[in-house]
Amino acid sequence: MSLNELWFLLIAVLFVGFFFLEGFDFGVGMETQILAKNDTERRILINSIGPFWDANEVWLITGAGAMFAAFPHWYATLFSGFYIPFVFALLALIARGVAFEFRGKRDSKAWQKTWDVCIFFGSFLPPFLLAVVFASFIKGLPIDKDMQMYAGFFDIVNAYTVVAGITVVLLCLVHGLMFTTLRTLGDLQERARKLAQKLLIPLAALLVAFVVMTYTMTDIFDKRGTLLWIVVVLAVAAYLLAGYFMTKKKDGYAFGMTGAVMALSVASIFIGLFPRVMISSLDQAFNLTITNAASGQYSLKVMTIVALTLLPFVLGYQIWSYFIFHKRVHEKEHLEY
Amino acid sequence: MDTVLLSRIQFASTTIFHYFFVPVSIGLALIIAIMETMYVRKGNEEYKRMAQFWGKLFLINFAVGVVTGILQEFQFGMNWSDYSRFVGDVFGAPLAIEALLAFFLESTFIGIWIFGWDKVSKRIHLLSIWLVAFGTMLSAFWILLANSFMQHPVGFAINNGRAEMNDIFALITNGQLLVEFPHTVLAAYATGAFLVTGISAYKLLKKQDVAFFRKSFEIAAIVGVISSFGVAVAGHAQAQYLVETQPMKMAASEALWGESGDPAPWTVFANIDVKNQTNSNEVQVPYLLSFLSYSKFSGDVKGMLELQKEYEVAYGPGDYIPPVKTTFWSFRIMVAAGTLMMLFGVYAIYLMWRKKMDRPNTWFMRFMFWGLLLPPIANTAGWIMTEIGRQPWTVFGLMTTEDSVSPNITSGQVLFSVISFTAIYAILGAVLVGLFVKVIKKGPYAMDNEHGESHDPYNKEG
Repeated sequence: MSLNELWFLLIAVLFVGFFFLEGFDFGVGMETQILAKNDTERRILINSIGPFWDANEVWLITGAGAMFAAFPHWYATLFSGFYIPFVFALLALIARGVAFEFRGKRDSKAWQKTWDVCIFFGSFLPPFLLAVVFASFIKGLPIDKDMQMYAGFFDIVNAYTVVAGITVVLLCLVHGLMFTTLRTLGDLQERARKLAQKLLIPLAALLVAFVVMTYTMTDIFDKRGTLLWIVVVLAVAAYLLAGYFMTKKKDGYAFGMTGAVMALSVASIFIGLFPRVMISSLDQAFNLTITNAASGQYSLKVMTIVALTLLPFVLGYQIWSYFIFHKRVHEKEHLEY
Repeated sequence: MDTVLLSRIQFASTTIFHYFFVPVSIGLALIIAIMETMYVRKGNEEYKRMAQFWGKLFLINFAVGVVTGILQEFQFGMNWSDYSRFVGDVFGAPLAIEALLAFFLESTFIGIWIFGWDKVSKRIHLLSIWLVAFGTMLSAFWILLANSFMQHPVGFAINNGRAEMNDIFALITNGQLLVEFPHTVLAAYATGAFLVTGISAYKLLKKQDVAFFRKSFEIAAIVGVISSFGVAVAGHAQAQYLVETQPMKMAASEALWGESGDPAPWTVFANIDVKNQTNSNEVQVPYLLSFLSYSKFSGDVKGMLELQKEYEVAYGPGDYIPPVKTTFWSFRIMVAAGTLMMLFGVYAIYLMWRKKMDRPNTWFMRFMFWGLLLPPIANTAGWIMTEIGRQPWTVFGLMTTEDSVSPNITSGQVLFSVISFTAIYAILGAVLVGLFVKVIKKGPYAMDNEHGESHDPYNKEG
């Protein structure tokens, strides 16, 4: 495997990891408005992701940083080309991040309501916008010969990308609900599981629509057909298993399966792209690829050594932190937020 | 307005705002780690309460620092895509390493610190805050490595119109980094220290929880005085490095148009006339600029007009003189604030040494309270001098700010983002100050029944 391929893979892994991990805390953030019946439940939900959400978000920051370092043209074309969506995503992430810390610091209903709104929109908008961006990756974007992207509104927002956005948001919600079944007790846990089951049918419809649209509107099944069909089959299997485990109340396995559906969906985008990193709708020749968008070999080599040295530690202490906070959150203990 | 100007406004405002919080995080993390260490070693609950009380402020501040940091990473690509293309090879790597090495460490262990008081052992809990403190410092190292490359590019070669890294060790041992890192990190320690002494001084004046705040004041004052002297020493080294590597910035920060003469005097005040490229009403201290530049009382310093000619030869026609007034005055503001910090710190230590802290001297405590503003003023002025003084370059000698901007964004888009980020940052700033005031007013002993038990009858058991 060349270093360019390795870095494409690492970036894919970082974004898959981001959607898997932050996916559930986005979902829990949405639940504060959908599932929680009162302030105590809302606080239990927030506290259940309290120790994790910040580190989960670092997966996104690292993913973007890795893009910058390994494929500067990808990073430059992407972030300047999707200027306005990123402004909204940033505003949402900023409001959400401080809301967790701020909402409990004053004893006023209006104050808490305000930050609750920030938590909801901050948990809903970023996955929606990022999914829109990722979907438009494989649909193709107006990128010229200088690697500059001049996208109009409908290049970014169209039926295909919106379906992708809603699908990912719903997937985050279901995944978050399963996380809630793992970290709460009693009524709240019960309702989370029930709601997740109820959402399985609409989510399945959206996922099928997404696959059909991808098949007809993009070229990725032509390019990577076999591999993608394997992914689709695996995703269907994971999906069915998720539903099965939910009915059997095997929440841990169900959570693993909803996460697997998320991971496979995100992975399919990267599989379809490879070896391209951005597809030009103007001319195939203007595609950004893992070769023409990449850093020099020296830089990639340095980054590889650093990443492979650090990753075991990073993964180690992150897993350890989940182990420390494996106990369920309930209203009879000290709630930090 | 064009996209370059708007992007510069956005970059300046978001970076300055972000940098109000970063030094506080770095400094407070260290001080809290020291307090918790004393708790673990001495078993005195008062120290634990200290770590928790200052920890409250730390967490509010940390949250704002983290969320405003995401924008910092994204806007290189959003607003400065041609810059990102040109230097991504060199500049992206430290950013990615920063995330991998520092951000994961900070974010994971801050979670353990916040939520782990009853879930992990004392030692693991203590280790967590030290790892957070260490992580914030590592983060500073890698981001300053990237910044140092912009000030003094090393370890690269130009290939296919891009700067490509060819020596990571040159980047790590960049002379600029070796002076900039200690200067910046010590300034951050001083920022945290003066925040703690300032708030403690306020509470001591009000005679509230006197024992608690006297102890906090003392711990922080020691950190403050050591670091503010360290800042000055490192700053002196940095100034000398500047004379060697970015003489134009040095000349601009002195408003030195022509040759300085030997020995060179330091200008305290001058009425700068940029249009006619002269100064009037100069007040000067003889020998001082020679000393600042070379650590000896002789030697002349090149002026801007001469350097402009040299730069034209080296880099082609153009205007290479940065905004002189801004550079000149921000340097003086930084030095003045830093000097006051050293004086305050020394006097505070004197009071402690003479055991006079139990009868705090009112006027001095008032000074110390307002003194919490000195480090942010110095930090901001320092960064303005460094970044404005480098203009017209983004990467010194390689790429100009004009050429760095994204060609595919419109001024309308940037205007929209400038307005929305400014608005949300203004709200965040106001909320943060409000929450700080609230936490400080409540004091360290009111924290136990936080989260208003009115709507949560159970949480007293925690």
